[in-house]
Amino acid sequence: MKRYLGARVRRKEDMSLLQGRGTFVDDLQIDGTVHAAFLRSPHARARIVHFDASEALQLPGVLAVVSERDFGAQIPVLPFSVPHPALKPILEPVLARGEVCYVGETVAAVVAESRYIAEDALDLIRVEYEPLDPVTDIEQAMDPKAPRIHERAPENIAGVLEQNVGNPDRAFREADHVIRERVFVHRAAGQPMETRAMLVTFDSKLGQLNIWTTSQGPHRIHRALVSMLKMPDHKIRVITPNVGGGFGVKGQFHAENYLVPWLAMKLQKTVKFTEDRREHCLAARQERDQVHYAEMAFKADGTILAVRVRFIHDMGAYSTSMVVPWITGATLPGPYRIPNYHFKATVVYTNKVPTSVVRGAGRPQAVFTMERLIEKAAKVLKMDSTRLRYKNFVQPEQMPYKLGLIYRDNHPMIYDSGDYPKCLRQALRRIGYSEFRKRQQTLFRNGKYQGVGVACYVEGTGLGPYEGATVRVTMAGRVEVFTGTAPQGQGHDTMISQITADELGVNLDDISVICGDTATIPYGIGTFASRATVTAGNAVFAACRKVREKTLAIAANMLKAPVRSLDIKDGWIYSSRTRSKKVALAEVARIASGAVSGFVLPKGIQPGLEATVFFPPTRATHSNGAHACIVEVDPETGGVKILKYAVSHDCGRVLNPLIVEGQVVGGVAHGIGNALLEEVIYDDNGQVLNASFMDYLLPGPSDVPRIEVDHVESPTKLNPLGVKGAGEGGTIPASTAVLLAVEDALSPFKVQFNSLPLSPERIWKAVAGAARETGG
Amino acid sequence: MKTRKIRVKINQKEYEREVEARTLLSDFLRAELGLTGTHVGCEHGVCGACTVLLNGEPVRSCLTLAVQVDGCELLTVEGLAGVAGLHPIQEAFWDNHALQCGYCTPGFLMMSYWLLQNNPAPKEEEIRRCLEGNICRCTGYQSIVQAVLKAGKAMEALKRPKTSKARAAVSEVVP
Repeated sequence: MKRYLGARVRRKEDMSLLQGRGTFVDDLQIDGTVHAAFLRSPHARARIVHFDASEALQLPGVLAVVSERDFGAQIPVLPFSVPHPALKPILEPVLARGEVCYVGETVAAVVAESRYIAEDALDLIRVEYEPLDPVTDIEQAMDPKAPRIHERAPENIAGVLEQNVGNPDRAFREADHVIRERVFVHRAAGQPMETRAMLVTFDSKLGQLNIWTTSQGPHRIHRALVSMLKMPDHKIRVITPNVGGGFGVKGQFHAENYLVPWLAMKLQKTVKFTEDRREHCLAARQERDQVHYAEMAFKADGTILAVRVRFIHDMGAYSTSMVVPWITGATLPGPYRIPNYHFKATVVYTNKVPTSVVRGAGRPQAVFTMERLIEKAAKVLKMDSTRLRYKNFVQPEQMPYKLGLIYRDNHPMIYDSGDYPKCLRQALRRIGYSEFRKRQQTLFRNGKYQGVGVACYVEGTGLGPYEGATVRVTMAGRVEVFTGTAPQGQGHDTMISQITADELGVNLDDISVICGDTATIPYGIGTFASRATVTAGNAVFAACRKVREKTLAIAANMLKAPVRSLDIKDGWIYSSRTRSKKVALAEVARIASGAVSGFVLPKGIQPGLEATVFFPPTRATHSNGAHACIVEVDPETGGVKILKYAVSHDCGRVLNPLIVEGQVVGGVAHGIGNALLEEVIYDDNGQVLNASFMDYLLPGPSDVPRIEVDHVESPTKLNPLGVKGAGEGGTIPASTAVLLAVEDALSPFKVQFNSLPLSPERIWKAVAGAARETGG
Repeated sequence: MKTRKIRVKINQKEYEREVEARTLLSDFLRAELGLTGTHVGCEHGVCGACTVLLNGEPVRSCLTLAVQVDGCELLTVEGLAGVAGLHPIQEAFWDNHALQCGYCTPGFLMMSYWLLQNNPAPKEEEIRRCLEGNICRCTGYQSIVQAVLKAGKAMEALKRPKTSKARAAVSEVVP
């Protein structure tokens, strides 16, 4: 019987965090630590003419100032986050050499006795730049006459991705209706509350580098450093202690991830670097900035025949990966049957911070584009847009549903399970859609501009290549679980303990979970892309099964009872035949480890009560859901108030509703931020205009309404636990749902929004413009 | 750099230290005293993660200089509960999943504590308004608001122990 799986189990990780005993990197203190700070480019594009650190070096307390001149002919470059054959690389040097290509690029590093002195020294470094014209607009970057973003780049186009299903051109020719829209999604930032940080010790005698870092994937950092520093695997250990949020940005390898360890080795000192918020706003990876030219062909009855989308994706100044545009292209059809589909993504370089992923990763763009088309089609047909959605949904009985696309894990995209109409029905019921529609005209007549917005999504989750787990029973009878997925608040300690406790018949408190320490498990990928429960969860599950089998085999031998008569409960192995016959799990562990003399392990049983299993998913498993919200807009101020918000989502089997609801609600808050508040604003010179929390607005307690969450559970057959990812579904459709609700609230003014975010200013201008046009 | 001697009482303990005039209170607490429960999220007074109580009132320790607290009394997250266990607010945060990564949590706890000291039974809107100066990127706030509502009720119940059983429960929770 399952005691823990599926239950609302309070999190194991909370106690220390609540008491102020967390172990975030900057909380770790080692005597003799020195502090690094980085000089960053003030220009979006410039030649470095002259560099002089002499004055900085004279400041008492300064240990070193390094620049590209401290490297030989080959300066190390940052690795791709994911390589792709279509991506023409321009890799970022760890320190700018000869030119700078975005504001915030690392130019020099200072190490000093304190962070205060290190920052003083930054002010004393003299760098002379020759500014050049930057490229800051993605459509401008496509123009062959535009300046090159790098002196050494032959062109600004980084690569093209294209996929086709069916015969879209013919479908467009034969359609009753064709609509076209331009949709733009802006840049925003991950903005975890804990900024990036690293603490590095180097023991020169042992040649050992120990790195504590705020990362979503310590093994990625390990792999990169082994190759860049040319060191043996076992001489580098990367550990993630508590990590204060990630949202994508902490899965990336930044210049500081190389420089801080390199400085620790060069100076033979313990070096700490903690990014400040301004640096995070300027230099940490961002996402979105995608413009889509989308068209839809459909029949007079509302049946969608084809979708064609051409879009441009901003990679920023250096190569990272093609992941985001690939995901957008593959996610665009969403829950709808699109028999003919074509997408072409052109990836361009611009003189802005390189992009990677932020919670949602290409999918909010896809949902916005698709739902924009649906809404427009509904207007053309004078049909309620929810009816159009129901009409075109992939139906539950069509599962598994093959899209004909290749997903970003290089596997065919096949929806494995789900009930899309049910989710929409549930979300609409929750917000009272039909009743709202009935009273909306009255509200308008009374000067209350309220509207409803709906957005549906399908998310490919639980991507490979794998995650692994080692499960070990110690001689004290505790269970230790090691895995590579470093959490940033997702509750892995609890989730993994729930799985382990049920499988091994132990209590939650008898389990220690160690996530993201490269010395304890040599292979790992990380926590991102809504993948940890699917990959690590199933690896833990399988490893526990093996440990259980081994435990029972040894115990059967000890108790002289058949294996099938045995069960484990509260750390004891019992025989169902004679309840008095029992042996402690700890005793079995002692025997398995050879600590008990005179006991021979049964034939074929390897020593050690442990197992390591890797779970490589065959392909992505698809979560889905529908969001619906009601907002009120003040046309005179452009202010938006979200009155009601409902989510009906399906992430397969729910292991812990408390944690899943937390993920969903937190994700919606992120999406509301993207819809109404958050934007990294660059001017034409490539300067970031809002590099602080005074100017870059994150949603606060009054911006996020109460969010009602319903779970639909369609377990997947693709993994033994039946689980799907839940980390991003909250964010993916939220910005679209809010935007469509605002548009609906302003329907008397006939405004349409094809870009985000909806600041009060933009809303006000749209209303004022519409009023002028109609003479109002 | 010029230094000054300061004396301050933090979580009922007296400290006397020589500090640089420019040292931020947040850095003093964390680096000098090892009280790393107080976190720094933005260093410009917006996110509220570094909130501590100074003579009973909430302040941003990233916008306060250590020399400014000379002769004052501070309460940080480490001092919220007794030697062991959790304050009812911490307990309510735990029960309601009001933290995910936990980085902003100390600031929310201190602000909630201050709110409940001054308004023992706040309405949801009052809680949201009071916490407007704290940012959480993970939870979407709803679980935090819920936790504060519950904590308020739990603390009220603790104040009026009617039965011997309730009194025993109080002595367990309150240090």
